Amino acid sequence: MNRAIANKHIKIMILYTIMIFVSVIMLYPMLWLVGASFKSNSDIHSSIWFMPSSINWQPYLNGWRTGSEYTMGHYFINTFLIVIPTVAFTIISSVLTAYGFARFQFPGKKVLFSLLIATMLLPTVILRIPQYVMWGQFHVLDSYIPLVLPHLFASDGVFVFLLIQFFRNIPKELDEAAKIDGCGRFKTLINILVPVVKPGVISIGLFSFMWSMNDFLGPLIYVSSVEKYPVTIALRMSMDATGSGYDENQIIAMSIISLLPSIIVFALGQKQFVAGLTTGSVKG
Amino acid sequence: MDDIAAVKKNHASKTRVKTMKTCLGESRFHGMIYIAPWLIGFLLFTLYPFCTSFYLSFTKYDLVSAPKWIGLTNYERMFRDPVFLKSIRVLFEYVLCEVPLKIIISLLVAIILSMKLKGINFFRTAYYIPSILGSNVAIAVLWKSVFQSNGLINQVIGIFGAQPVGWFGEEFPALLTIVLLRVWEFGSTMVIFLAGLQSIPVDLYEAASVDGCKKIRQFFKITIPLLSPTIFYNVVMQLINAFQEFNGPYLITRGGPQNGTYFLPMLIYDATFKDYKMGYAAAMSWFLFVVILIFTVLVFRYSKYWVFYNDDEKENGDE
Repeated sequence: MNRAIANKHIKIMILYTIMIFVSVIMLYPMLWLVGASFKSNSDIHSSIWFMPSSINWQPYLNGWRTGSEYTMGHYFINTFLIVIPTVAFTIISSVLTAYGFARFQFPGKKVLFSLLIATMLLPTVILRIPQYVMWGQFHVLDSYIPLVLPHLFASDGVFVFLLIQFFRNIPKELDEAAKIDGCGRFKTLINILVPVVKPGVISIGLFSFMWSMNDFLGPLIYVSSVEKYPVTIALRMSMDATGSGYDENQIIAMSIISLLPSIIVFALGQKQFVAGLTTGSVKG
Repeated sequence: MDDIAAVKKNHASKTRVKTMKTCLGESRFHGMIYIAPWLIGFLLFTLYPFCTSFYLSFTKYDLVSAPKWIGLTNYERMFRDPVFLKSIRVLFEYVLCEVPLKIIISLLVAIILSMKLKGINFFRTAYYIPSILGSNVAIAVLWKSVFQSNGLINQVIGIFGAQPVGWFGEEFPALLTIVLLRVWEFGSTMVIFLAGLQSIPVDLYEAASVDGCKKIRQFFKITIPLLSPTIFYNVVMQLINAFQEFNGPYLITRGGPQNGTYFLPMLIYDATFKDYKMGYAAAMSWFLFVVILIFTVLVFRYSKYWVFYNDDEKENGDE
């Protein structure tokens, strides 16, 4: 019996050692980046220790001004003009589509479901050229419409698929009980099913936020005037612009600023994101 | 499998009382209303561009004048283009390194995190942070800094007595920096695994324990079968993403050195938006598409033998 307990302790210690080691690999580079943003350019690579010898806010002041004609604030507003509608559209259209596929039988469902899976797996690279030509014909290049509008049509098959998996884990008996209680199909979705799949909805909301917040290729293709640049493209522009007199600490400070919204949203959403994901509703 | 069946039966008997087959008075097309937005979007933003790009791949098109039919010329040219051939080779090297590493690491870490140890929330958050920031340009800035010749990575390996590596000076090390970046971002894959692990009802394990089923057996008889859809999903998605890797090489290595990280998606981007060779770029994207398709089909074919769906529903539409 004692041996069993000792074995258990050893096992736990090994697990903690692995987890701490992985944590260092995950977090130290970020910590180092934060530290580097306060260092002088000559100090950045002088040691592996992340703490700056003195706190220097100058990189942040320069970084906020970006060296272009607009400040980071301006680029942030642009980013949110893309991100907020994207997240809202994604959630609404994905929930409806997933419900349709998970809970209804209709002619051609099999084919359409296969098509949904196919779009999820379809490499977007193949659509890029015609889509670009098409948005050009609609005269909306250099605007956010090509980035935002497709999300109103559940364009992220991944999210629909993820939600279908969530719906599938809810027993059909729940729908039928709602029906017996006189609940219509749409009401069943909103009042009964959405609360149950809430962890799923929150995760697609979070993923959608992060992807659109950090999207680089989309705006790189569609947004061409500096005035309309989101943060990601502005940061890339500064990486290029600094050229010979490369102000590494200023770019790093800009990077830290550009990461803040993602980190804040993650910190706020984290609890709900992690809490749910159990199949609670049938218990008891 | 018996353990699962027993517990499911238990579940079912509780709810069976309420179960009734009532499908009266609802149009067969009712479900169509819910999927209508997706269907419209599919036709407009997917199917139409998909067909158009196939057509364009047989044309010469520069956005200014109308596309001109040139038959298979683009495809012939492609396979004689050393830049294209190399971009395929390095892309394969990248995918075959990145995907297995990422899947294995994220699955192992998710399993450790799903054991109920103290402080798990901290670790989960720590591991997840790099991947939520994902493709952000800021992470490219970080990677460029730490892999510099005098950067953090070389200083750390110097502590262990190794020679500094010119990460961006040679082809394979440069490719490795991008592999390491994406593997470092294993967190979201891990969170999907973790969600999968947590969605396995605890009562299954309780019932199994009552029946005297050992931990190891529970893992192979409950955890793995119920997690297999998640594993399958992650493998497929990672493959597809890896084959389309663009941000890493574009922002960090700029395709270099000697095109050693000039992956096909970046070549396609340059052909499209720098050279305006729309037809040629379309042909290259069709090639990439077929490559991804072959890999996906292989994984799907094989999945029949190991993916287990916890779902009684028959998909055949009979009521």
